[in-house]
Amino acid sequence: MIPESLQSLLFWVVATVAVLSAGGVVLNRNAIYSALSLLVNFTMLAVLYLLLNAQFIAMVQVIVYAGAVVVLFVFVEMLLGATGRIQVTGWLTPRLIVAAVAGFLLLSTVGSVVYESAIGGMRGNVTPEVLARAGVVQVLGITLYTDYLLAVQLAGVLMLVGLVGALQLGQQWQRGRPSSLPGSPARSPSAAAESTGRGNTPMRENGG
Amino acid sequence: MPGVPTAWFLLLGAILFTIGAVGVLVRRNVLIVLMCVELMLNAVNLTFVALSRELSSLTGQIFVFFVIVVAAVEVAVGLAILVELNRLRQTADVDEVSELKG
Repeated sequence: MIPESLQSLLFWVVATVAVLSAGGVVLNRNAIYSALSLLVNFTMLAVLYLLLNAQFIAMVQVIVYAGAVVVLFVFVEMLLGATGRIQVTGWLTPRLIVAAVAGFLLLSTVGSVVYESAIGGMRGNVTPEVLARAGVVQVLGITLYTDYLLAVQLAGVLMLVGLVGALQLGQQWQRGRPSSLPGSPARSPSAAAESTGRGNTPMRENGG
Repeated sequence: MPGVPTAWFLLLGAILFTIGAVGVLVRRNVLIVLMCVELMLNAVNLTFVALSRELSSLTGQIFVFFVIVVAAVEVAVGLAILVELNRLRQTADVDEVSELKG
Protein backbone atom coordinates (compact mmCIF):
# COMPACT_ATOMS: atom_id res chain seq x y z
CA MET A 1 0.00 0.00 0.00
CA ILE A 2 1.28 3.45 -0.90
CA PRO A 3 1.74 5.87 2.04
CA GLU A 4 -0.87 8.56 2.36
CA SER A 5 1.25 11.60 1.47
CA LEU A 6 2.41 9.85 -1.67
CA GLN A 7 -1.20 9.03 -2.51
CA SER A 8 -2.15 12.71 -2.37
CA LEU A 9 0.81 13.63 -4.55
CA LEU A 10 -0.10 10.90 -7.03
CA PHE A 11 -3.71 12.10 -7.06
CA TRP A 12 -2.71 15.67 -7.88
CA VAL A 13 -0.32 14.68 -10.63
CA VAL A 14 -2.78 12.26 -12.21
CA ALA A 15 -5.72 14.66 -11.84
CA THR A 16 -3.76 17.46 -13.52
CA VAL A 17 -2.79 15.24 -16.43
CA ALA A 18 -6.40 14.01 -16.71
CA VAL A 19 -7.81 17.55 -16.88
CA LEU A 20 -5.15 18.68 -19.36
CA SER A 21 -5.74 15.70 -21.62
CA ALA A 22 -9.51 16.25 -21.44
CA GLY A 23 -8.88 19.81 -22.57
CA GLY A 24 -6.71 18.40 -25.33
CA VAL A 25 -9.60 16.28 -26.60
CA VAL A 26 -11.77 19.37 -26.93
CA LEU A 27 -9.17 21.82 -28.22
CA ASN A 28 -7.13 19.81 -30.73
CA ARG A 29 -7.92 20.52 -34.36
CA ASN A 30 -6.72 17.13 -35.52
CA ALA A 31 -9.05 14.30 -34.54
CA ILE A 32 -6.12 11.88 -34.24
CA TYR A 33 -4.51 14.06 -31.57
CA SER A 34 -7.88 14.22 -29.84
CA ALA A 35 -8.04 10.43 -29.81
CA LEU A 36 -4.54 10.22 -28.33
CA SER A 37 -5.48 12.76 -25.64
CA LEU A 38 -8.50 10.59 -24.93
CA LEU A 39 -6.18 7.61 -24.50
CA VAL A 40 -4.09 9.52 -21.94
CA ASN A 41 -7.27 10.57 -20.13
CA PHE A 42 -8.57 6.99 -19.93
CA THR A 43 -5.25 5.73 -18.61
CA MET A 44 -5.16 8.42 -15.94
CA LEU A 45 -8.67 7.45 -14.85
CA ALA A 46 -7.50 3.85 -14.53
CA VAL A 47 -4.77 5.04 -12.14
CA LEU A 48 -7.42 6.90 -10.14
CA TYR A 49 -9.50 3.72 -9.92
CA LEU A 50 -6.45 1.94 -8.54
CA LEU A 51 -6.15 4.69 -5.92
CA LEU A 52 -9.81 4.09 -5.07
CA ASN A 53 -9.15 0.40 -4.47
CA ALA A 54 -11.15 -0.69 -7.53
CA GLN A 55 -8.61 -2.89 -9.30
CA PHE A 56 -11.10 -4.75 -11.48
CA ILE A 57 -12.66 -1.58 -12.83
CA ALA A 58 -9.18 -0.20 -13.52
CA MET A 59 -8.29 -3.24 -15.61
CA VAL A 60 -11.61 -3.13 -17.47
CA GLN A 61 -11.02 0.57 -18.12
CA VAL A 62 -7.62 -0.13 -19.68
CA ILE A 63 -8.84 -3.08 -21.75
CA VAL A 64 -12.18 -1.75 -22.96
CA TYR A 65 -11.64 2.01 -23.16
CA ALA A 66 -7.92 2.44 -23.74
CA GLY A 67 -7.84 -0.73 -25.83
CA ALA A 68 -10.99 -1.16 -27.85
CA VAL A 69 -12.73 2.21 -27.89
CA VAL A 70 -9.69 4.36 -28.72
CA VAL A 71 -8.60 1.90 -31.41
CA LEU A 72 -12.08 2.13 -32.91
CA PHE A 73 -11.92 5.94 -32.92
CA VAL A 74 -8.48 6.00 -34.54
CA PHE A 75 -9.56 3.36 -37.06
CA VAL A 76 -12.63 5.30 -38.14
CA GLU A 77 -10.67 8.54 -38.37
CA MET A 78 -8.07 6.86 -40.56
CA LEU A 79 -10.80 5.22 -42.67
CA LEU A 80 -12.68 8.42 -43.31
CA GLY A 81 -9.81 10.86 -43.38
CA ALA A 82 -12.21 13.61 -44.32
CA THR A 83 -13.20 14.69 -40.86
CA GLY A 84 -10.08 16.78 -40.43
CA ARG A 85 -11.23 19.14 -43.15
CA ILE A 86 -13.89 20.77 -40.99
CA GLN A 87 -13.00 24.40 -40.52
CA VAL A 88 -12.54 25.44 -36.93
CA THR A 89 -14.28 28.77 -36.61
CA GLY A 90 -12.60 31.60 -34.75
CA TRP A 91 -12.78 32.35 -31.09
CA LEU A 92 -15.63 34.24 -29.44
CA THR A 93 -18.35 32.91 -31.67
CA PRO A 94 -21.86 32.94 -30.14
CA ARG A 95 -21.73 29.16 -29.88
CA LEU A 96 -18.56 29.29 -27.83
CA ILE A 97 -19.89 31.97 -25.51
CA VAL A 98 -23.09 30.02 -24.86
CA ALA A 99 -21.07 26.86 -24.22
CA ALA A 100 -18.72 28.66 -21.84
CA VAL A 101 -21.61 30.14 -19.86
CA ALA A 102 -23.40 26.78 -19.73
CA GLY A 103 -20.23 25.05 -18.63
CA PHE A 104 -19.57 27.61 -15.91
CA LEU A 105 -23.12 27.26 -14.59
CA LEU A 106 -22.88 23.47 -14.63
CA LEU A 107 -19.53 23.41 -12.89
CA SER A 108 -20.51 25.94 -10.23
CA THR A 109 -23.75 24.11 -9.47
CA VAL A 110 -22.18 20.67 -9.20
CA GLY A 111 -19.15 22.06 -7.39
CA SER A 112 -21.21 23.84 -4.76
CA VAL A 113 -23.26 20.69 -4.18
CA VAL A 114 -20.09 18.65 -3.72
CA TYR A 115 -18.58 21.32 -1.49
CA GLU A 116 -21.54 21.89 0.78
CA SER A 117 -23.39 18.67 1.25
CA ALA A 118 -22.24 15.66 3.22
CA ILE A 119 -22.31 12.28 1.58
CA GLY A 120 -25.23 10.25 2.83
CA GLY A 121 -26.71 6.98 1.78
CA MET A 122 -26.91 3.34 2.66
CA ARG A 123 -23.57 1.98 3.76
CA GLY A 124 -22.54 -1.43 2.60
CA ASN A 125 -20.44 -4.01 4.36
CA VAL A 126 -17.59 -4.21 1.85
CA THR A 127 -14.88 -2.59 3.92
CA PRO A 128 -11.21 -2.57 2.85
CA GLU A 129 -10.64 -5.42 5.31
CA VAL A 130 -13.19 -7.62 3.54
CA LEU A 131 -11.63 -6.76 0.20
CA ALA A 132 -8.15 -7.51 1.50
CA ARG A 133 -9.32 -10.92 2.71
CA ALA A 134 -11.37 -12.04 -0.30
CA GLY A 135 -10.08 -9.91 -3.18
CA VAL A 136 -12.11 -7.38 -5.09
CA VAL A 137 -12.64 -9.57 -8.14
CA GLN A 138 -14.14 -12.40 -6.12
CA VAL A 139 -16.50 -10.15 -4.16
CA LEU A 140 -17.50 -8.28 -7.30
CA GLY A 141 -18.08 -11.49 -9.24
CA ILE A 142 -20.29 -12.98 -6.53
CA THR A 143 -22.36 -9.79 -6.37
CA LEU A 144 -22.59 -9.56 -10.15
CA TYR A 145 -23.78 -13.13 -10.68
CA THR A 146 -26.23 -13.28 -7.79
CA ASP A 147 -27.84 -9.91 -7.15
CA TYR A 148 -27.42 -8.53 -10.65
CA LEU A 149 -27.92 -11.66 -12.74
CA LEU A 150 -30.82 -10.21 -14.75
CA ALA A 151 -28.81 -7.08 -15.53
CA VAL A 152 -25.92 -9.23 -16.78
CA GLN A 153 -28.29 -11.10 -19.09
CA LEU A 154 -29.78 -7.85 -20.37
CA ALA A 155 -26.29 -6.48 -20.99
CA GLY A 156 -25.59 -9.56 -23.10
CA VAL A 157 -28.75 -8.99 -25.12
CA LEU A 158 -27.78 -5.33 -25.56
CA MET A 159 -24.35 -6.27 -26.87
CA LEU A 160 -25.93 -8.74 -29.30
CA VAL A 161 -28.31 -6.07 -30.59
CA GLY A 162 -25.43 -3.63 -30.95
CA LEU A 163 -23.38 -6.21 -32.83
CA VAL A 164 -26.22 -6.96 -35.24
CA GLY A 165 -26.90 -3.25 -35.77
CA ALA A 166 -23.26 -2.40 -36.45
CA LEU A 167 -22.96 -5.37 -38.82
CA GLN A 168 -26.06 -4.30 -40.71
CA LEU A 169 -24.74 -0.75 -41.14
CA GLY A 170 -21.35 -2.06 -42.22
CA GLN A 171 -22.92 -4.39 -44.78
CA GLN A 172 -24.67 -1.52 -46.47
CA TRP A 173 -21.31 0.14 -46.75
CA GLN A 174 -19.77 -2.92 -48.35
CA ARG A 175 -22.61 -3.50 -50.79
CA GLY A 176 -21.83 -0.17 -52.40
CA ARG A 177 -24.86 1.61 -53.77
CA PRO A 178 -24.72 2.56 -57.48
CA SER A 179 -24.38 6.23 -56.71
CA SER A 180 -23.61 7.68 -53.35
CA LEU A 181 -25.23 10.98 -54.19
CA PRO A 182 -27.38 12.44 -51.45
CA GLY A 183 -31.04 11.97 -52.11
CA SER A 184 -30.63 9.11 -54.55
CA PRO A 185 -33.84 7.04 -54.73
CA ALA A 186 -34.18 3.83 -52.81
CA ARG A 187 -32.92 0.86 -54.73
CA SER A 188 -35.10 -1.90 -56.02
CA PRO A 189 -34.00 -5.44 -55.10
CA SER A 190 -32.79 -6.11 -58.63
CA ALA A 191 -30.63 -3.02 -58.63
CA ALA A 192 -29.17 -4.10 -55.33
CA ALA A 193 -28.29 -7.51 -56.72
CA GLU A 194 -26.82 -5.89 -59.81
CA SER A 195 -24.63 -3.55 -57.83
CA THR A 196 -23.40 -6.25 -55.47
CA GLY A 197 -20.80 -7.63 -57.82
CA ARG A 198 -19.64 -4.24 -58.95
CA GLY A 199 -19.49 -2.74 -55.51
CA ASN A 200 -17.55 -5.54 -53.93
CA THR A 201 -14.45 -5.48 -56.07
CA PRO A 202 -13.00 -2.07 -55.23
CA MET A 203 -13.85 -2.64 -51.61
CA ARG A 204 -11.80 -5.79 -51.57
CA GLU A 205 -8.87 -4.07 -53.23
CA ASN A 206 -8.96 -1.36 -50.63
CA GLY A 207 -9.45 -3.65 -47.73
CA GLY A 208 -6.86 -6.26 -48.74
CA MET B 1 -11.07 6.49 6.04
CA PRO B 2 -7.47 6.47 4.82
CA GLY B 3 -6.38 7.77 1.48
CA VAL B 4 -7.35 10.72 -0.66
CA PRO B 5 -10.60 12.49 0.37
CA THR B 6 -13.65 11.50 -1.65
CA ALA B 7 -14.62 15.12 -2.30
CA TRP B 8 -11.49 15.62 -4.42
CA PHE B 9 -12.54 12.79 -6.68
CA LEU B 10 -16.05 14.19 -6.93
CA LEU B 11 -14.72 17.63 -7.87
CA LEU B 12 -12.40 16.11 -10.46
CA GLY B 13 -15.39 14.22 -11.88
CA ALA B 14 -17.37 17.46 -12.07
CA ILE B 15 -14.52 19.23 -13.89
CA LEU B 16 -14.09 16.41 -16.39
CA PHE B 17 -17.84 16.26 -16.99
CA THR B 18 -17.95 20.00 -17.65
CA ILE B 19 -15.06 19.79 -20.11
CA GLY B 20 -16.90 17.02 -21.94
CA ALA B 21 -20.19 18.93 -22.00
CA VAL B 22 -18.52 22.09 -23.32
CA GLY B 23 -16.82 19.98 -25.97
CA VAL B 24 -20.15 18.53 -27.11
CA LEU B 25 -21.52 22.06 -27.39
CA VAL B 26 -18.50 23.61 -29.12
CA ARG B 27 -17.14 21.06 -31.55
CA ARG B 28 -18.76 20.30 -34.91
CA ASN B 29 -16.88 17.14 -35.77
CA VAL B 30 -19.08 14.11 -35.03
CA LEU B 31 -16.06 12.03 -34.05
CA ILE B 32 -14.94 14.54 -31.44
CA VAL B 33 -18.50 14.96 -30.17
CA LEU B 34 -18.57 11.20 -29.57
CA MET B 35 -15.21 11.42 -27.77
CA CYS B 36 -16.59 14.15 -25.53
CA VAL B 37 -19.57 11.94 -24.70
CA GLU B 38 -17.06 9.30 -23.64
CA LEU B 39 -15.34 11.89 -21.45
CA MET B 40 -18.63 12.64 -19.71
CA LEU B 41 -19.37 8.95 -19.17
CA ASN B 42 -15.92 8.49 -17.65
CA ALA B 43 -16.42 11.42 -15.31
CA VAL B 44 -19.62 9.84 -14.02
CA ASN B 45 -17.80 6.51 -13.65
CA LEU B 46 -15.18 8.21 -11.48
CA THR B 47 -17.94 9.63 -9.27
CA PHE B 48 -19.52 6.19 -8.96
CA VAL B 49 -16.28 4.52 -7.92
CA ALA B 50 -15.43 7.30 -5.45
CA LEU B 51 -18.84 6.99 -3.76
CA SER B 52 -18.51 3.22 -3.83
CA ARG B 53 -15.36 3.50 -1.70
CA GLU B 54 -16.90 6.14 0.55
CA LEU B 55 -19.96 4.01 1.33
CA SER B 56 -18.09 0.67 1.48
CA SER B 57 -20.48 -0.74 -1.07
CA LEU B 58 -19.83 -2.44 -4.38
CA THR B 59 -23.02 -1.21 -6.07
CA GLY B 60 -21.18 1.75 -7.57
CA GLN B 61 -18.59 -0.50 -9.18
CA ILE B 62 -21.34 -2.72 -10.61
CA PHE B 63 -22.92 0.38 -12.13
CA VAL B 64 -19.59 1.38 -13.65
CA PHE B 65 -19.31 -2.08 -15.17
CA PHE B 66 -22.67 -1.70 -16.91
CA VAL B 67 -21.91 1.85 -17.99
CA ILE B 68 -18.76 0.55 -19.68
CA VAL B 69 -20.81 -2.13 -21.47
CA VAL B 70 -23.34 0.42 -22.73
CA ALA B 71 -20.59 2.86 -23.75
CA ALA B 72 -18.78 0.21 -25.78
CA VAL B 73 -21.98 -0.69 -27.65
CA GLU B 74 -22.74 3.00 -28.16
CA VAL B 75 -19.32 3.64 -29.70
CA ALA B 76 -19.59 0.65 -32.03
CA VAL B 77 -23.04 1.61 -33.35
CA GLY B 78 -22.26 5.34 -33.40
CA LEU B 79 -19.11 4.90 -35.43
CA ALA B 80 -20.90 2.57 -37.85
CA ILE B 81 -23.50 5.29 -38.35
CA LEU B 82 -20.69 7.81 -38.82
CA VAL B 83 -19.09 5.69 -41.56
CA GLU B 84 -22.45 5.37 -43.30
CA LEU B 85 -23.05 9.12 -42.96
CA ASN B 86 -19.66 9.88 -44.43
CA ARG B 87 -20.44 7.65 -47.40
CA LEU B 88 -23.79 9.34 -47.99
CA ARG B 89 -22.81 12.97 -47.45
CA GLN B 90 -18.99 13.08 -47.45
CA THR B 91 -19.07 15.06 -44.25
CA ALA B 92 -18.65 14.63 -40.53
CA ASP B 93 -20.03 18.04 -39.57
CA VAL B 94 -22.99 17.90 -37.23
CA ASP B 95 -24.35 21.17 -38.60
CA GLU B 96 -24.64 19.77 -42.11
CA VAL B 97 -26.86 16.88 -41.09
CA SER B 98 -29.31 18.85 -39.01
CA GLU B 99 -32.37 17.83 -41.00
CA LEU B 100 -34.21 14.57 -40.40
CA LYS B 101 -35.01 14.10 -44.09
CA GLY B 102 -32.74 11.44 -45.58
